[in-house]
Amino acid sequence: MARKLNLRIWRGNSVDGGLQNITVDANEGEVVLDVIHRVQAEQMNDLAVRWNCKAGKCGSCSMEINGKPRLACMTQVASFEEDETITLTPLRAFPVIKDLVTDVSFNYKKAMEIPAYEAPANLKPGEARMQQVDVERSQEFRKCIECFLCQDTCHVIRDHEENKKSFAGPRFFIRIAELDMHPLDTLRNRKQKAQEEHGLGMCNITKCCTEVCPEHIRITDNAIIPMKERVVDVKYDPARWLGSKIRKRDGIL
Amino acid sequence: MTNSIERYKYDILVIGAGGAGLRAAVEAREAGLKVAIICKSLFGKAHTVMAEGGVAASMGNVNDSDNWMVHFRDTMRGGKFLNHYRMAELHAKEAPERVWELEVWGALFDRTKEGKISQRNFGGHEYPRLAHVGDRTGLELIRTMQQRIVALQQKDARDHGDAESFIKVFAELTITDILKDNGKVSGAYGYWRESGAEVLFEAPAVVLATGGVGKTFKITSNSWEGTGDGHALALKAGGNLVDMEFLQFHPTGMVWPPSVRGLLVTESVRGDGGVLTNTDGIRFMFNYIPEVFKAIYADNEAEADRWYNDQANNRRPPELLPRDEVARAINSEVKAGRGTEHGGVYLDVSKRLPADVIKKKLPSMWHQFYELAGVDITKEAMEVGPTCHYVMGGVEVDPDSAAAVNVPGLFAAGEVAGGMHGSNRLGGNSLSDLLVFGRRAGIGAAEYVKSNGANPVNEATIKSAAEKIEKPFTQTGGENPYALHQELQEVTHNLVGIIRTRAEIESAIVKIADIRKRSANVTVSGDRQFNPGFHLIFDLDNMLLVAESTAKSALLREESRGGHTRDDFPGMNAQWRQVNHISSFDGSQVNVKSQKLPMIRKDLFDLFDIHELEKYMTPEEISKGGSN
Repeated sequence: MARKLNLRIWRGNSVDGGLQNITVDANEGEVVLDVIHRVQAEQMNDLAVRWNCKAGKCGSCSMEINGKPRLACMTQVASFEEDETITLTPLRAFPVIKDLVTDVSFNYKKAMEIPAYEAPANLKPGEARMQQVDVERSQEFRKCIECFLCQDTCHVIRDHEENKKSFAGPRFFIRIAELDMHPLDTLRNRKQKAQEEHGLGMCNITKCCTEVCPEHIRITDNAIIPMKERVVDVKYDPARWLGSKIRKRDGIL
Repeated sequence: MTNSIERYKYDILVIGAGGAGLRAAVEAREAGLKVAIICKSLFGKAHTVMAEGGVAASMGNVNDSDNWMVHFRDTMRGGKFLNHYRMAELHAKEAPERVWELEVWGALFDRTKEGKISQRNFGGHEYPRLAHVGDRTGLELIRTMQQRIVALQQKDARDHGDAESFIKVFAELTITDILKDNGKVSGAYGYWRESGAEVLFEAPAVVLATGGVGKTFKITSNSWEGTGDGHALALKAGGNLVDMEFLQFHPTGMVWPPSVRGLLVTESVRGDGGVLTNTDGIRFMFNYIPEVFKAIYADNEAEADRWYNDQANNRRPPELLPRDEVARAINSEVKAGRGTEHGGVYLDVSKRLPADVIKKKLPSMWHQFYELAGVDITKEAMEVGPTCHYVMGGVEVDPDSAAAVNVPGLFAAGEVAGGMHGSNRLGGNSLSDLLVFGRRAGIGAAEYVKSNGANPVNEATIKSAAEKIEKPFTQTGGENPYALHQELQEVTHNLVGIIRTRAEIESAIVKIADIRKRSANVTVSGDRQFNPGFHLIFDLDNMLLVAESTAKSALLREESRGGHTRDDFPGMNAQWRQVNHISSFDGSQVNVKSQKLPMIRKDLFDLFDIHELEKYMTPEEISKGGSN
């Protein structure tokens, strides 16, 4: 059954903008992105929105729906009350380009700052042997679709532009954790670097990132907290601290 | 506008940042060249992320009887022997190395008990062959390649002081023209989607890795990016498309509810025990086993069910027949009135496996349907039907170098290239195709640049490319691009879709020509900044050329084979197997001609049982026994 849906869509650019009211048809079983496409085709041909797969797999259609960071393709129209107005706004943590599209280049810069995977020097193709249980820890983090909703919701940077320089954000903490737990990665000190160079210490584990993750990755419990604990262990355990100084070890494990 | 053109110089321009494009870029960089990667979306969002089942490679980790020859045979069978034998050979031989290489770059595939890369069964593959990561293998592949690019950039930052000194990613940029000077590729022209600002790339070699054409059709699993850009760019640059009549309709796309319409239900749902039933509750696939497959597919439920646990002593369930067979079977059931009210049939895994096993084996499948549509596949059946999934046809290329025929400096790899899959692609063979031919295109382009050097762009060439971008803003009162696109999708879906007839195809050709004529007057509202209506105009132009190539090729082929089914010519015909259809563009319309398929080499011919080949080849071909 078709219903009339009231939307409030933020339209504008980096200079100026505001919310516009619009009414559009919505059919049973549709998601918010379906409705946005109808608005685009029939009423606002130049409405800017990012999307790709419309299947919750590419992480492109990130926006704020009634103030919450969501994927428009994963938000069912039926989840709203019959007479509820749905407000669509661009991600708040990133600069607006136009309408619902923001400049997410911050994330690509941070990706460039995380040291890449380093395979063992003598690893020959086809020779790697790993147990399923050992790859699963990193596999959880490799489910990440880079929608950047966790980055958007993280209060360390959401309203604090000044923190962006020294804070990589949840998406990149799981990237570091993924490499740290990778059975074959040979680079040492990933956790320590996360603390010293990527702002792990600024996170005060409010778990907002975990709550918005469309892949249900347990960002805080499985990546951030374990890394924080290990870093703290080394820093405040006098014996290990002394050991690391005396033997000039490069690692903390 | 021409004053404000941004200009860049590269050795190689890679258009498309999915698996094939990124693999080509890595190879070209490692050959020491400067590479620009163009993507229409953000980096890492390419349609490759959607691939679920896995990447086919005969590593023999689960069954050591597997090897490249078995994979080659399966691929040729799947393609009904219309494949370019050399592409199928290279693909089967090189796929294992390409998968292992991903692991060296950090990919984490699921494991066997011995700790090797696990491999799963899939339709048309004789042995468990698909390396996989749950059901998100494509994401793993794209992320591994993306992170490999970043790793190379980090190294360039250390060695050369600038991360982008050798590889730069141009995200959200559309290429509208391949430029040619002196009969050879000289670069490409396009615009930033964000600002509309125009960009000139000077590059003597261009690799097309733009993927598929699904958005030409109404029900498709493809994202908005699948608009046949590379197919059309190649045509307009003087290249050929081969066998554009062959489109794969994935048999099990969701038909209901609308939020998931077109979304694929991966074949592994069937590989792991899911069965297809009609509204009478009948498991109908047993009625659709073609003669050529009767030896390896079970003709009764008891044997089919035993296969899941004992594959050595039982024939496979018919739900695992090649995709075209399953798609046609579903279509026949629906046409016979045994389909659901939404035009599908039921695919049920809930009554076959415990809920926790389903969630473990098909995690993103479960998650996706539950979140997107409120469908719990551990509790209820899915409503599925054929959805446009993949185009077998594509740019005609030299198999070894991926060089496009007729256009020096142009290369193509992945879905945009034709020939590899013949008339029908096996599941799992697309990810391996991307890797094998992405790498080969990278090498081919690098060698070409090293021996040919730069080819400067003429200013007149730039001017005409720039005028095309400006044009929609100078017209008024014309057509709405969204409406024209929807019209085109109706025409292709209804008239050159999964089942075709002469009258319908002829009517499609007329209608496509009409839409193309009207599209010349299309107008845009708003300005150049991130304007989807403006963007669609160029996509539409590409889709129209693709649709025309498909319709005209489909009209000529008077037989049914793989992804081309003619109701008026239902049988497969050995004479037609010797024919490729070559589309070219004369500036006003697409022309299609027949060309003889290259004859399979003798050593490859000899890999098959002669009685099997007799089902596909003419007696003369059999007596020749392949070429030397």
